[in-house]
Amino acid sequence: MDFGLSQDQQMLRDAVARCLADTCPLDHVRECAELDNPYSDKVLGAVQDLGIPGMLVPEEHGGLGMTLLDAAIVAEQLAYVIAPVPFLASHVLAPIALSEAGSEEQKAQWLPKIANGEARIAVAISETVEARDGAGVSFTGGKLSGTALFCLDFEGADAYIVADVSGRLHLVTADALKLETIRLTTIDRTRSVGELRFEQTEAEPLVDDNGATTARLRDAGRVILAADSLGAGQAMIEKAVDYSGQREQFGRLIGSFQAVKHMCAEMAARHEPCRSLVWYAAHAFDSIPEDASIFACHAKSHTGEVHRFVARTSTEVHGGMGFTDLMGLHYWFKRIGFDRQALGGPETVRAEVAVLQGWIKAP
Amino acid sequence: MDLNYGPEYDAFRQQVRAFIEAHRHLAPPSAARAARPSSEAVQWQKLLIENGYTARTIPAEYGGYGAEPDILKSRIISEEFSQAGVPGGLANQGISMLVPTLLELGTREQKQRWIEPTLKGEIVWCQGYSEPGAGSDLASLKTSARVEDGYFVINGQKIWTSTAKQADMIFCLVRTEPDAPKHRGISYLIFSMDTPGIEVRPLKTMTGHAEFNETFFTDVRVPVDQIVGARGQGWLVANATLGHERGMLGDPGALENRLQALIALMQEERIGQARAIDNPVLRDRLLALQAEVSAMKCNGMRILSNRLKGESGGMAKLIVKLQSCEIAHQISALAIDAMGEMGTLYHGSPREREAGAWQWNYMFQLGLIIGGGTAQIQKNIIAERGLGMPREPKLAKTSDAAKATADTARHKQGSA
Repeated sequence: MDFGLSQDQQMLRDAVARCLADTCPLDHVRECAELDNPYSDKVLGAVQDLGIPGMLVPEEHGGLGMTLLDAAIVAEQLAYVIAPVPFLASHVLAPIALSEAGSEEQKAQWLPKIANGEARIAVAISETVEARDGAGVSFTGGKLSGTALFCLDFEGADAYIVADVSGRLHLVTADALKLETIRLTTIDRTRSVGELRFEQTEAEPLVDDNGATTARLRDAGRVILAADSLGAGQAMIEKAVDYSGQREQFGRLIGSFQAVKHMCAEMAARHEPCRSLVWYAAHAFDSIPEDASIFACHAKSHTGEVHRFVARTSTEVHGGMGFTDLMGLHYWFKRIGFDRQALGGPETVRAEVAVLQGWIKAP
Repeated sequence: MDLNYGPEYDAFRQQVRAFIEAHRHLAPPSAARAARPSSEAVQWQKLLIENGYTARTIPAEYGGYGAEPDILKSRIISEEFSQAGVPGGLANQGISMLVPTLLELGTREQKQRWIEPTLKGEIVWCQGYSEPGAGSDLASLKTSARVEDGYFVINGQKIWTSTAKQADMIFCLVRTEPDAPKHRGISYLIFSMDTPGIEVRPLKTMTGHAEFNETFFTDVRVPVDQIVGARGQGWLVANATLGHERGMLGDPGALENRLQALIALMQEERIGQARAIDNPVLRDRLLALQAEVSAMKCNGMRILSNRLKGESGGMAKLIVKLQSCEIAHQISALAIDAMGEMGTLYHGSPREREAGAWQWNYMFQLGLIIGGGTAQIQKNIIAERGLGMPREPKLAKTSDAAKATADTARHKQGSA
């Protein structure tokens, strides 16, 4: 019995943290966040050197064949420094989609390139969670039509994996004809999302498994977003504690006031169990199928709630400075805000858990 | 991440299950936790000790089972009894607090005299720690014990002495060295509740029941050898047991049981034709609590794993009391809301649900949030020990604080 990270996983966490501390300081993030394409070549290079793009690519296709728990550890560290690099879709969801539902040709064509950094695939499955603005993609006669919103890891993608309204996945190359791509700008300028418009667009379907792989992608995506929220929340708590240990008012460190201390304690008390929940949810995705979806949902909704509180409270502990751009605290605040909404906000995700447990029928 | 206990432990689990199946007809109704155990409960306790399912690691010479400590086996036992809905061993204050203290700091004679009858349920204890003027600041307690002809002569008052009415004995903190700094002037005494000069008055709480008492001491004479640890060392002795109490109030298995009861309630309770769980707002709150409880269960596994590796629980452990009590309270609150007007029924009213247990819990759990280290004290501990934040500077004397308050009052009046 060992609930926690293995030695190897602790080494992975420390190696990623060290590397990102060097390559991804806040000033660098600021520069990237000003651009339409926020992705940092410098950080991406470091991520590539660590082998991160190939983590979830099977070994026979040139990857490392690691687990979602490993990926969650990396996600936490990326969020801790608000790294402006693609990860969730291109290094987690796309490899899972192709490994689990790709044809042999698709695997051979894409997986090695994902692992060595030559290709990046963005993923659009939001409409399988909830359709907004009438979005949705239909698949008829071998062609896709319609709109997919919130395509993740959008900028510079070489291809897109898109779910249609039945939940089946399709691969569309970036150079496909009759494909329109539109950048969406969110609060979180460290990540990139977009809109895909199809009009009888050529697409290669993945295996038709009644949406099973799409459901796996939702689970994995939610666990990784929860891990991201965890890392960003950890950073915000540490910043609040550091700041309150330096700032003096009324002749005292503000951290010695119970009003401030209790804000920090409440953040820590709500945040700490999230770590174990995210670990378990990731492990369930890897090894405990009956718990995988329920815990992915719980991890997603719970971190969404807890870290909204953390983001707000940490900002308040920083007083007026927290509200300014000078400290850059808002980058973490916004990252947490994005994590909460993406692939279903807490209420949406909780409603799914009720169905998964048979409390109510699917709507 | 390896959640398997391994073949040795799987076999042990089967053995526990088989025992429960074969003997559950002998188990007393959950009244095993009543202050004074029934004869059925005493028999059950005896059977559990003989089989190593309670008092497991307490040496056989003191009436325990005498097994080597094994965290996983203890965990398996509590999991299996809880899952089967069969009461485990007695868990009163004598067993959970006094016995560990004696094992660690008692003399050989004290261990021989007190542990075995306590384990068997023959001797019931109460705890004399808090006083009307010493709650969160327990070390400021004033109940005095002066030495006179080989006796401590005790005068003062304790509060929150649950089970004092039924108890045979008390373990009690008293001030023996009035001139020493407050933490070093306290001693830990054990004495009979039949000693002349003790008066117990029930303390009725907001629940309408007297779950606690006030206990008054007037020239209570206790032989000087009825002390655990040395004179003036009582604070250290008591702290060995406060840890046990905080652990007791934060069991994730207990939270899970409350949550399951709430889920069952919400599936049964009807609003018109629909079940309470069909109401999307109530259901959403239930699911949010389920996520919270899931997080605490995972947190509990992490703490267990740390203990197995001999590591401290760290932050994961520090937050348990605060979070568990809060979540338990929210579970009761939702149960009341799910019952609507029916949720107000109490005092044995017609149509009352589950003997008013949810309302009782909702009120009593507020007591648990306050007791055993208030939520605010817990937050100080988390901030100072967990996050390393600076301590509150202390005002030198109460009179300074009074002066500061008076100044503030004047200032307010002046500005009005």
